[in-house]
Amino acid sequence: MSELRFEQVSVRFGGRRGMTAVDGVDLTVPKGQVVGLVGESGSGKSTLARAAASLTPLSAGQILFNGRPLRPKRGEHRPLQMVFQDPHSSLNPRMSIGDSIAEGIPRAGRGDAASRRAEVERLLGLVGLDPQRASSYPGQMSGGQLQRVALARALAGQPEVIIADEITSALDVSVQGTVLNLVRDLQRELNLSMLFISHNLAVVRYVADAIAVMYLGRIVEQGPAEQILSNPQHPYTKALLAAVPGNGSTGLSPGMSDPAVQAVSDAEPADPHHPPTGCRYHLRCPIGPLVLPGRDVCREADPEPEGHSHAAACHFADGSLMAGKAGLL
Amino acid sequence: MSIATRFVADAVTDASESPWAGFVARRIGRLVVSLWVLVTASFLMIHLIPGDPVRAALGNSAPGALIEARREALGLNDPLWLQYLHYLQGLVGGNLGTSMTSDLPVAQVIGDRLPATFELAGLAFLLAVLISVPVGALMGVLTRGGRRRRTELAFTSTSIVVAAIPEFLLAVGLVYFFAVQLGWFPVAGRSDAGSYVLPVVSMALGSAAILSRIVRVEMLSVLGADYVRTARAKRLPNWMIYFRHALPNALTATLTIGGLMLSAMVAGTVLVENVFAWPGLGSTIVSSILAKDYPVVQGVVLVYGLGVLLVNLLVDIALGMLDPRSTIKES
Amino acid sequence: MSTSKTAATAGMAARWLAALKTPVGAVSAAMLLSVLTLAVLAPILWSGQAEEINTRAILQGPSPEHPVGTDSLGRDLFFRLLVATGLSVKLALAATGIGVCVGLVLGAVPSLLSRRIGRLVTAFVNIAVAFPGLLLAMFFAVIFGVGQTGAVLAIGFATAPSFARLTQTLIATQSERDFIAAAKLAGVGRVQRLIRHILPNIAEPLVVTATIGAGSSLLAFAGLSFLGLGVQPPAYDWGRLLNEGLNDIYLHPMAALAPGLAVVIAGLAFNLFGEAVAKTLGAPTPFAGKGAAPQRVRPTAVESSADVEPSTSSRESSAVLTVSDLFVSFPGPAGPITPVRGVSFSLAQGEAVGVVGESGSGKTQTALALAQLVEYPGSVTASRLEFLGQDQLSSPSPAKRQLLGTSFAMVFQDPMKSFNPTMRIGTQLAEVAQRHQGMNRRQALARAADRLRAVRVPAAERRLRQYPHEFSGGMRQRAMIGMGIMGNPALIVADEPTTALDVTVQQQVLRLLSTIKEENNVAILLISHDLTLVGQVCERVLVMYAGRIVEDLPATDLAERSLHPYTQALLAAVPDMETDRNQPLAVVPGRPADPSNVPAGCAFASRCPKADDHCTREDPQLVQQEDGHRVACWHPSRGTGQRVSVELKLPAAALQGEAS
Repeated sequence: MSELRFEQVSVRFGGRRGMTAVDGVDLTVPKGQVVGLVGESGSGKSTLARAAASLTPLSAGQILFNGRPLRPKRGEHRPLQMVFQDPHSSLNPRMSIGDSIAEGIPRAGRGDAASRRAEVERLLGLVGLDPQRASSYPGQMSGGQLQRVALARALAGQPEVIIADEITSALDVSVQGTVLNLVRDLQRELNLSMLFISHNLAVVRYVADAIAVMYLGRIVEQGPAEQILSNPQHPYTKALLAAVPGNGSTGLSPGMSDPAVQAVSDAEPADPHHPPTGCRYHLRCPIGPLVLPGRDVCREADPEPEGHSHAAACHFADGSLMAGKAGLL
Repeated sequence: MSIATRFVADAVTDASESPWAGFVARRIGRLVVSLWVLVTASFLMIHLIPGDPVRAALGNSAPGALIEARREALGLNDPLWLQYLHYLQGLVGGNLGTSMTSDLPVAQVIGDRLPATFELAGLAFLLAVLISVPVGALMGVLTRGGRRRRTELAFTSTSIVVAAIPEFLLAVGLVYFFAVQLGWFPVAGRSDAGSYVLPVVSMALGSAAILSRIVRVEMLSVLGADYVRTARAKRLPNWMIYFRHALPNALTATLTIGGLMLSAMVAGTVLVENVFAWPGLGSTIVSSILAKDYPVVQGVVLVYGLGVLLVNLLVDIALGMLDPRSTIKES
Repeated sequence: MSTSKTAATAGMAARWLAALKTPVGAVSAAMLLSVLTLAVLAPILWSGQAEEINTRAILQGPSPEHPVGTDSLGRDLFFRLLVATGLSVKLALAATGIGVCVGLVLGAVPSLLSRRIGRLVTAFVNIAVAFPGLLLAMFFAVIFGVGQTGAVLAIGFATAPSFARLTQTLIATQSERDFIAAAKLAGVGRVQRLIRHILPNIAEPLVVTATIGAGSSLLAFAGLSFLGLGVQPPAYDWGRLLNEGLNDIYLHPMAALAPGLAVVIAGLAFNLFGEAVAKTLGAPTPFAGKGAAPQRVRPTAVESSADVEPSTSSRESSAVLTVSDLFVSFPGPAGPITPVRGVSFSLAQGEAVGVVGESGSGKTQTALALAQLVEYPGSVTASRLEFLGQDQLSSPSPAKRQLLGTSFAMVFQDPMKSFNPTMRIGTQLAEVAQRHQGMNRRQALARAADRLRAVRVPAAERRLRQYPHEFSGGMRQRAMIGMGIMGNPALIVADEPTTALDVTVQQQVLRLLSTIKEENNVAILLISHDLTLVGQVCERVLVMYAGRIVEDLPATDLAERSLHPYTQALLAAVPDMETDRNQPLAVVPGRPADPSNVPAGCAFASRCPKADDHCTREDPQLVQQEDGHRVACWHPSRGTGQRVSVELKLPAAALQGEAS
């Protein structure tokens, strides 16, 4: 089995006066499943991805691959690969795409030049590109094609886990569908585990089996995709769902009478350098202390993600279910 | 940035949250570290010279006793750390040592020569700025978005050629034409106002050419910026767009390079002073190097370095005032 | 590996050859070549003549026999000048070589060694760079001693810090790119990453800088020799000759001027060549081609091309904006590029219209053209362009300016870049009212505070005194909208106003725009790539493809009653919260049309499942289908996204689509 597990992972940047980009995250990507990670910019989702790929050092916690820490030595097989957001930056412009893909082939099974070329051609075919294009340079290809090449390079490493960081957000709308289809087909065909990061809930919904929602470095809610989408527990997840254009009844009607609700709904995401105390969402929360008096617990205590049908870090997730428990803290 | 700088910066920013406090602290921290490097380098200079500097200075024929006495007087027989300590002590007390050729205190030699160099560099920088800002800004406006390609070509090639002529060669050319041929200005020396013209012009012209190119390029990029489009969308008149929105931003970017040029000018005085026999630090350092009068060389290098550091600090502060963002940017 | 290297070098050679084709490049290359040839040949050919002492011809001026004159030993200065080329160039190149090697090492160390050592080296380089090269050179000249070797070392070490700094910066920039992270993930080691991935991408700027550096070294060497700190007699370079000549500038000016000229010419050759190559290295400017002659940027009136009705809006009598046959074009390397090709529509009072299209569809250029903000060398033509009943095609007047300034508001995509970073928000808002509404500064600031409150920026008075960087993205976009309503706008054109913002903030900004529209009866033209978003805010949607409106329909018709295959494909290609997870997404095969090469006939034909011969031959006009619904298609048929998705479902087509 090949599962990727984050245990109390934290990433801090910039010494004493720095910021904590990822704060004590627990997350599991089960074998052969796609976990979608959503959140706003600055929520730490890309940092978490880079930490998983050992591109950013952890300041606490550990990332386990099949129960063991992931620390491949030089030349060893690397079971975890990543695809990046900007296709134009993710390929060396001075290298043919064939060479870029060949570089990803593990050294152990690399073989001679002919077998390497055959492998590159096979991979290009796998992502729906003409194998003849192996000698092309990134400058000669479109964004959608480059993203396929990046996928092929990731697959060259014979990965068991792929981390896809906003891989469609730089693409034109008519092209992003082809890449999403490809990702879905490949994932199913090769039985890959995948951490799929996106700010677009509709895209995540389309590919993911489970969804985790991040806010200011924490995972505030996670669970099976259907449950999260149909029965969100955390008010932030609800806000994200309501923000999907054309979703639900929210519309844009300006008729919001309660000034407190109005103020909260207009609030900006908090500065990750100075996260608020207690629940990190309480300054924007429509069921938090700024709207409903007496909910001071949100200001004071950090909610634990237990005690719901799926994990949601909110004191008042199911209406008042948690109120009693929070009072005991 | 070094650890020490960071420490100072952190100590101050913790005390107050104003971006300025942290900014000034960081800059001062950097100044202190640079200063330390400079002082140490100038101290070590004399020790890095292969062989005995005293023998080199006094010549091979000098009697051993004299050399020994001179070494003793200069403190060269002490252990290195003690010499360093004495050197630092001397600096704090304004004692830069004694010239080996004239026996005058180095501080006095520098004090005599500094004003002439300061005048030259200051006037030349002023002239360069007065030429380059209007010319560069005007060229930027005229050639924005690829307009007037011929004007652009003429301006670019002229400025490249002028910039490629080093100050001292330009000085030679100017001397020949305006002093020898036309006789308008004196060939050399520092006396009346007329004697300033050729040295200042020869120092300013090349810098003005480089600076005006930079101002133009910055102006072009600013004129293409989104916020200038916003200003046009507000239907502001052109003069307001150019003077209020574009020029200040173009100058902010220019200032960084302008500062580097000003510090280069401090050093550029060396050559021009020699062409015009200008009684400044530049002619002093050259004659001291040739005469192997190392205490004077040490002192002058220190003063030049100090000038450069001060210019950089001033530029940073000016930048902080012009562009509020630069105070929060980490370098 | 070998292929990547040859390709990299081939690309580099091609760019350097391209530099030779520019006039400056050709001249400087010729100059450089002759300087180098002279440097090699002159010492071999003319050393004898240059050193021949003639006591009967001491310190002579120029003569036919001695074109530059003679020196104090009667040696011919012309030959000495030629022979000196050798030593001058040799020393300059040696010094540059030292500088480049030391600089490369110092620059690459931080990326190879531990972080602590790297930081120390970086700090050292940063301090050294602050000191001018000449000062460093004199410092080193003292240490290494006066003379040729000392000067080479001094100038070499003096140029090293700036070269190291450049190398560091370039490496740091490249290291942040994703392909380096990918190579790391593929198990490529540090040294290999540097050699295979980073160096090929930074080689060109480094070589260019080294070339220019050689020119500077040449000048610096002349300087040191001139001061007597460089080359010592009996050896001689140009600086030495200059030093000797300057003493007698009264009597024999040529003896000083000629070596000076030689230094300048040789220095220029290096400099200009470096500059010429550097220029071709920068990406070619998009609109720098010859193409069309520069035209006026202000919209020009043209005859109406067809009998197309400018609008189908039933409320035309109260139109805020009417445009017919709008064209925007830019000169391109191969003829003009026309991103907007005949757009006609009108906007009624208080109406919200969305313009949707992919990148390159011309939607942003349309918005800029309507706002008359298209920049030179673009040209804008239209047969009709009216704003609030005022003809915008005739020459501008103060009255028009004022009307546009107060009634036509723009909101741009990137709130980060759209405010002037060096001016306070309050000043930027106030200047609109000061300019166009005759307010004084105090009144204007009061109005600005009021407007900031209207766009629900908290603590408006305090915010006025802040700079843009002190605002968050969403707040900045609110302030931008606030600036738009400083006057009394009849129209707000918003170009992707939420694309740069987070999803939850997007909704806030859109809600704000809707509120303003409702409260002030303002018309809104919302430009976006997101069909669902536009459908949510707008009453009418214009779908653009390859510079044309291909469909103009009520937003309520979007889901079920669209007629153009492109509209239907767009709807089906984007997953929403109802998309069937078990079906592949519909795919639009091929790429969006390239505005510099728009095919004949219908531009969408090559990607369209319904296209036939007629479509590739003749371009369909935008014609009225029913009330308030126009479409430009030969085969309009009602359909939802779902149906097209079925037609296009073949996975082979999906995979081949873009690949072929």
